[in-house]
Amino acid sequence: MTQNLRVKSSEFIDETNRISFKFDGKTYYGFKGDTLASALIANNIHLVGRSFKYHRPRGIMTSGSEEPNAIVQVNPNSNITEPNARATEIEIYEGLEASSQNCWPSVNFDIGGINNFLAPLFPAGFYYKTFMWPKSFWEKYEFFIRHSAGLGKSPNTRDPDIYDHRNIHCDVLVVGAGISGILAAKNAAKNNFKTLLLDEKNELGGSTIFEANEDNKINHNSASEWLKKEINELKNIKNLEIKTRTSVAAYHQYNYLLARENLTDHLVKKDKKNKIRQRLLKIRAKKVILATGALERPLIFNNNDRPGIMLSSAIKKYSNFYGVACGTKNIFFTNNDSAYESALSLHNKGIKVEAIIDIRENSDAKIIKKINDAGIKIYWAHTIVDTRGYKRLSGVSIMKLSNDGTSVTGSKISISCDCLGIAGGWTPAVHLYTQSGSKLTFDENRKIFIPKTDTKEQISVGSCGGDFELDEIITNLNYKLKNFLNINKTDFEGITLENDHETSKRNIWLLPSDQTIGKTKPFVDYQNDATAKDIKLALREGFRSIEHVKRYTTTGMGTDQGKLGNMHALGIIADTAGVKMGELGTTTFRPPYTPLTFGTIVGRNVGEFFDTFRRTPMNDWHIKNKAEFENVGQWKRSWYYPKEDETMHQAVQRESKAARQSAGILDASTLGKIDIQGSDASEFLNRVYTNAWSKLAIGKCRYGLMLNEDGMVYDDGVTTRLGENHYIMTTTTGGAANVLGKLEDYLQTEWPELDVYLTSVTDHFATASLCGPNSKKILNKIIPDLDLSDDNFPHMSFKEVLIDKIKCRIMRISFTGELSYEINAPASYGEAIWQKCIEAGKEFNITPYGTETMHLLRAEKGFIIVGQDTDGTMTPIDLQMDWIVSKKKYDFIGKRSLYRSDTMKEDRKQLVGLLTEDPNIVLEEGAQIVSELNQKPVEMLGHVTSSYFSPNLNKSIALAVVKDGKSMMGRKLFIPMENKNISVTVSNTVFYDEKNERLNA
Amino acid sequence: MFLINCPYCGERDQQEFKAGGEAHIERPKQPTELSDDEWAEYLFMRKNIKGVQFERWNHAHGCRKWFNMARDTSNDEIKAIYKMGEKPPTQ
Repeated sequence: MTQNLRVKSSEFIDETNRISFKFDGKTYYGFKGDTLASALIANNIHLVGRSFKYHRPRGIMTSGSEEPNAIVQVNPNSNITEPNARATEIEIYEGLEASSQNCWPSVNFDIGGINNFLAPLFPAGFYYKTFMWPKSFWEKYEFFIRHSAGLGKSPNTRDPDIYDHRNIHCDVLVVGAGISGILAAKNAAKNNFKTLLLDEKNELGGSTIFEANEDNKINHNSASEWLKKEINELKNIKNLEIKTRTSVAAYHQYNYLLARENLTDHLVKKDKKNKIRQRLLKIRAKKVILATGALERPLIFNNNDRPGIMLSSAIKKYSNFYGVACGTKNIFFTNNDSAYESALSLHNKGIKVEAIIDIRENSDAKIIKKINDAGIKIYWAHTIVDTRGYKRLSGVSIMKLSNDGTSVTGSKISISCDCLGIAGGWTPAVHLYTQSGSKLTFDENRKIFIPKTDTKEQISVGSCGGDFELDEIITNLNYKLKNFLNINKTDFEGITLENDHETSKRNIWLLPSDQTIGKTKPFVDYQNDATAKDIKLALREGFRSIEHVKRYTTTGMGTDQGKLGNMHALGIIADTAGVKMGELGTTTFRPPYTPLTFGTIVGRNVGEFFDTFRRTPMNDWHIKNKAEFENVGQWKRSWYYPKEDETMHQAVQRESKAARQSAGILDASTLGKIDIQGSDASEFLNRVYTNAWSKLAIGKCRYGLMLNEDGMVYDDGVTTRLGENHYIMTTTTGGAANVLGKLEDYLQTEWPELDVYLTSVTDHFATASLCGPNSKKILNKIIPDLDLSDDNFPHMSFKEVLIDKIKCRIMRISFTGELSYEINAPASYGEAIWQKCIEAGKEFNITPYGTETMHLLRAEKGFIIVGQDTDGTMTPIDLQMDWIVSKKKYDFIGKRSLYRSDTMKEDRKQLVGLLTEDPNIVLEEGAQIVSELNQKPVEMLGHVTSSYFSPNLNKSIALAVVKDGKSMMGRKLFIPMENKNISVTVSNTVFYDEKNERLNA
Repeated sequence: MFLINCPYCGERDQQEFKAGGEAHIERPKQPTELSDDEWAEYLFMRKNIKGVQFERWNHAHGCRKWFNMARDTSNDEIKAIYKMGEKPPTQ
């Protein structure tokens, strides 16, 4: 297809570099420097999408990130396709493919377009109103709603691109590289501030750079030429880092900003390879200068959404920057002078401008004379009452506005055109400003929200601060910069400025039509198809708060976050409700300013880097011996060791039997270990554990239960007294960090008088736990010199020994109920000691076992696992562990809570054992427990917390928490499952070796 | 994301810190003397005010020290930071 709308070569476009790309399957050509939008317009394509609700044909409306309509699917035929990309922001490259969204079968013939004719059936709140009755139909409705919801399609494979994060600290951050931002950054850097300048576009200079208004002059030169020289000078300035294609997404407290730097999206495929696609910049700036500019407003009138209707400023950018005419017969519709600049730009390039329609009575700006000289007809005090053309604008109808602007008079004039530029004034881009927590004030005269305050750390300059005309911008910038940076002079102070001034203003939020509003479609939010009519309906139905109206009508809730139409929505609400806009307030501008991909947010933290993981010193041995691993907190723990083609169940049954019949070995290195020293260590333990510690002899171990202050079990573990003032505490694997944190908290804030020091030594020791009747013989082989008799080394005691000159701590403690020793070696010798145990144990068929077997063995003994059998609502009494709660101690953490009326209730959920009627059925953990099968609704008495098939008892066993369980011994209960009801009997929690005889076997 | 001036380490990013709830709630010295209501008051009741609030913070990924902060919850302005045991600043 010919590029019939290229009008003039532009310095920003490289016409020697022709690029082919595909849109909706067809190949087109553009030039290096084009966006997808400018290249499509050059090919005379305006229709690029369908609207969300009515499926109305929509065209390119803007030239920037505020684009509501031209959102496309990039690489539509790929698994890693990207939805909702703005055609106005995509820089074309050889091989780019994009397609329209929200249309089927095609953007030219879209079945959903029928919704447009059914529009009276889809008022605001349609979904809320329609799909509520009858209630039972919801599931049927849901299918259709889900089917039609959403724009674009999401990728269905993992994102293959690389993303990155970078922390930046700077003295001054300047957001936006228009004329204000460039001058601000230059002067900050020149005055030795480490400065960072960011802009979302690929070229610096904002809108001034392509401006062609001869009336705007700096030092008697055109403003754009002067600015180009300034930009050239930036290269030689130290302390200044410039990043283009970088959009600031969020502005948080204390000048912490997040920006997305786009590095490869504009490159051809082979240049993208192995490069970082986008980088999230995490910026902490001492000072922030916001120079984010302003967004042009549309005008709200009947059928203001047809392809070919664009913002006037966008038409100017397409012609001046990209060298593309948006139409062959252009009309402008305006309430201010800026449309005249756009019109003149086109006219000077030989593009036909049919007329300018201005809602004002007149304007005395100099540019009006030039328009008159150019022979362009101006219709003063007129408004567009309707537009024509379905897939492309073909004409407009205009009428004279009444004096009060609420109605139209006279006869209708019809003008044909293929492009309409609308200019509704300018809205300062205050999004980032408000995100930072700063407040806005409403300027009633100019109908804009502007920043209320500048602070020591933040200023808004240029049009985002409410300055629109060149002299005003530069003069205020000079003044503000000097104060903000505390400098005497800027390098642009005293430049001569000449520009036109706008004196005539007229603002009408909703322009009248000759038809009643009910018959019109004046769109306020293009992307979400919200019209002025919807807003008025919401007000009639009683909505008052702007936040409620927004949600009810979905105004401003698209991916463009209402950048174009939000002010009109506010204006229409204010006018209709008869309140002042300043009193109405605004909706909240939330981050991100433009959408971010998940890839950018997570950066490198994907896959195995998603979270840190920890491995024990014996890890290599586990891998060599084919262990399966499970995640416990951040640890990778051996789960079980399957032999040949054993299933998990088979492996666990084998390991469990071996540990009880001969010998097993478990890697217990992950248990938290806290070294406790100080003259008050015993007193400290007395206060944090439920049982008494003062009388624990040196060299002895004791099991302790730790509560929260609310009386609920928090952690458990064995603590050993190594010396007079020295203990080593073990904690659960997952609880280690929290326990240390909690103990530190008490020490620092409640009991600072205690002489106690805590050190985490979890990583310093590797622990091999030998278990089973033959474990004593194995240990004897390893340390022949040590007297292992029950007299010298009884259960719950500790010895420090040398194994091959390595100092090891051995605790005779048991979590399985078997005779058992835990050997703690310095971490770097962990694997060697483990290996030694394996060697020594060979003749006893020593069997390595994992966490699953450990869980099974302890369940046979009724030992709890904190976090599995408890969930933060269980007291020691609920767990039937009254024996560990000291009655004598005056106080310990959580003690008082054990006597609250609630915790003393008899019928709390309590830990009990469950035995299934059929010993082969293994209950599901988490299954609910009831006492009646035929009752509706039935009371849930509790749930199964641990459940296994015990090979040593040859039957299924389970632990459960059951309401009033203690009084239910021997009672029959039921576990209703999807296909069957399982009968169980409540039992004691100890299933195996109730007398603890095996500990000394 | 706050910038918090740890009294022991200096200015650090909020990521390094953990918030610890309302400050200046002392654990009763004689819990057993308290009625259920009095104990519940200590255990559960916390203020959530709009304005200056006194909070405990912990430099969890730094020196692990606890300290106090006076923060305006309406705009997140940190009015003061002071060590454990020190009196809250008067406004």
